[in-house]
Amino acid sequence: MSEQAIKVEGLTKRFGDFTAVDTISFQVEKGEIFGFLGANGAGKTTAMRMLIGLSKPTEGQGFVAGFDINTQAEKIKKNIGYMSQKFSLYNDLTVKENIRFYGGIYGLSKSRISEKTEDILAELRLFEVAKKPVRELPLGWKQRLSFAISMVHDPDIVFLDEPTGGVDPHVRRQFWETIYQQANAGRTIFVTTHYMDEAEYCNRVSIMVDGKIAALDTPDQLKKQFNSKSMDEVFLKLARNV
Amino acid sequence: MKILAYLIQKEFIQIFRNKAMLPMITLLPIIQLILLSNAASNEVKNVKLVVVDKDHSAQSRLLTRKISANDRFSLVAATLSDYEAQEIMQANKTDIILQIPENFERDFLSGAKPRLQTLVNAVNGQQATVGSGYLNSIIGSFNGELMSEIKQTNWSSQNAQINVASRNWYNPELKYTHFMAPGILAELTALLTIILSAMNIVREREIGTIEQINVTPIKKWQFVLGKLVPFLCLGVVLLIVGLSASKLIFDIPIRGNIGLIFVYGIVNLVAVLGLGLLISNFANTQQQAIFVAFFFILIFVLMCGLFTPIDSMPKWAQYFTIPNPLAHFISVSRKVLMKGSGLADIRMEFLYTTMLAFLFNGLAVWSYKKQS
Repeated sequence: MSEQAIKVEGLTKRFGDFTAVDTISFQVEKGEIFGFLGANGAGKTTAMRMLIGLSKPTEGQGFVAGFDINTQAEKIKKNIGYMSQKFSLYNDLTVKENIRFYGGIYGLSKSRISEKTEDILAELRLFEVAKKPVRELPLGWKQRLSFAISMVHDPDIVFLDEPTGGVDPHVRRQFWETIYQQANAGRTIFVTTHYMDEAEYCNRVSIMVDGKIAALDTPDQLKKQFNSKSMDEVFLKLARNV
Repeated sequence: MKILAYLIQKEFIQIFRNKAMLPMITLLPIIQLILLSNAASNEVKNVKLVVVDKDHSAQSRLLTRKISANDRFSLVAATLSDYEAQEIMQANKTDIILQIPENFERDFLSGAKPRLQTLVNAVNGQQATVGSGYLNSIIGSFNGELMSEIKQTNWSSQNAQINVASRNWYNPELKYTHFMAPGILAELTALLTIILSAMNIVREREIGTIEQINVTPIKKWQFVLGKLVPFLCLGVVLLIVGLSASKLIFDIPIRGNIGLIFVYGIVNLVAVLGLGLLISNFANTQQQAIFVAFFFILIFVLMCGLFTPIDSMPKWAQYFTIPNPLAHFISVSRKVLMKGSGLADIRMEFLYTTMLAFLFNGLAVWSYKKQS
């Protein structure tokens, strides 16, 4: 049970007659960068929300960080970080205040919070804007700060929901470099995206179509399997089949 | 406990950083207090009157003078024609027509009991009933004076006069603002805090920060309490500002223990805030929250005893004032401020409000879902 960071069996979520996530099963190894791909509305956000304890599964089993998603959602929350697509910083609080607040509600000690604050400011080179409200930062900075804050309590697994929406490719690359750093440090990264070029950066990729996992493998294997040059092509072929 | 402190700290930073907040909790209430306490008056003044005097005698003129000398009445016209008087009422220019019949004086002196008629424009029910009440009492006293002057031995002793001397306790000068200001203060405090608290959580839902909080291992009661405490402090500030303003501007009496008002006020604010938080749990947008909050506020305000006495509501409606925290607040503030009541006199209000506080906040914690 505890060898995998995430293990899911037959996970399903229905909203009335509509089945948003249809009996999906997969495993994510520790330290892996796992890409969760799919078109808008394919069900990837819904699936992720079940993993992080924001949404109760209609059916199915799942373990995240060794805890049951059906019964131990609050325990899972201690061991995971989450960065949503509407990055959830308080715009009217300063960079420092945001770090302190999230550190505080994760129950970090005062000295640990100041340590973490120094670390994050140094790593993201944000010392000059530490006392500025977050709303004044450029989008790319906000995203990296948001990512750093989602790991303020040093979780084993970090869930990123379309973390790089709305920024240019250069900034996206920078963001992915920080993701690699975290993976190298042993953290498991679970990332949803609809940028197919980002899929290439992942260790393994699952592609969701209409609530089901249509393909799951390393990017190279997938390209071979679908006889394609890029992940973009793989994705288009999959979408057409269904 | 430490987690709670961080939540409260963050809320206070946001409140103080919000430029609209300070005027909202100081200037607005004072303006409303001044405006409403003076204007929202149930007193009936300026009752417009038309007299149709067909008698033209010394007595009928005396009666007319007596009525128009009263500052509640203003004589709009004196006419001889019923038709003309009705036209004036039709044009909404008068509230009451008083008809003095021919031979009024003669009949009166001969003991034939002449009949006066008043026609009341009841479109504005309050103006009509209260106005005609005033008029009847003036006519009654006129009647009494006249009879004691005439001293017709036989029937004047039969109709011996009973004089009622009434004194107004607790508000001897019947100052309307003394009566209204504490009530309006209670209303303002409840209104502002309910809206601020309801909007606050919904705003977090709209911008998405609530989701980030929901993925932390924070407890539901911690979150709700973290929202409650800062707004409770705001409410107390509001009470202090409002009470000081009422004292300075209207010189309202503070006969009871001011501490009692604040202790009760805190319980009441907790109840009201609980309702605000409860509303916010069911609203996805700020519009929805405002809409639902106004639904409650309107009922609370109109049924709190501020504008219409609770005793004169139908029985079923009186029961509806029990879950209305505002009704209890107004009752308490009037009792303590004007009568100097102690804890024993307001124990029922205390009991009901405490129950409401537990009910609303319990429901707010229960209905706050970290997981959907």
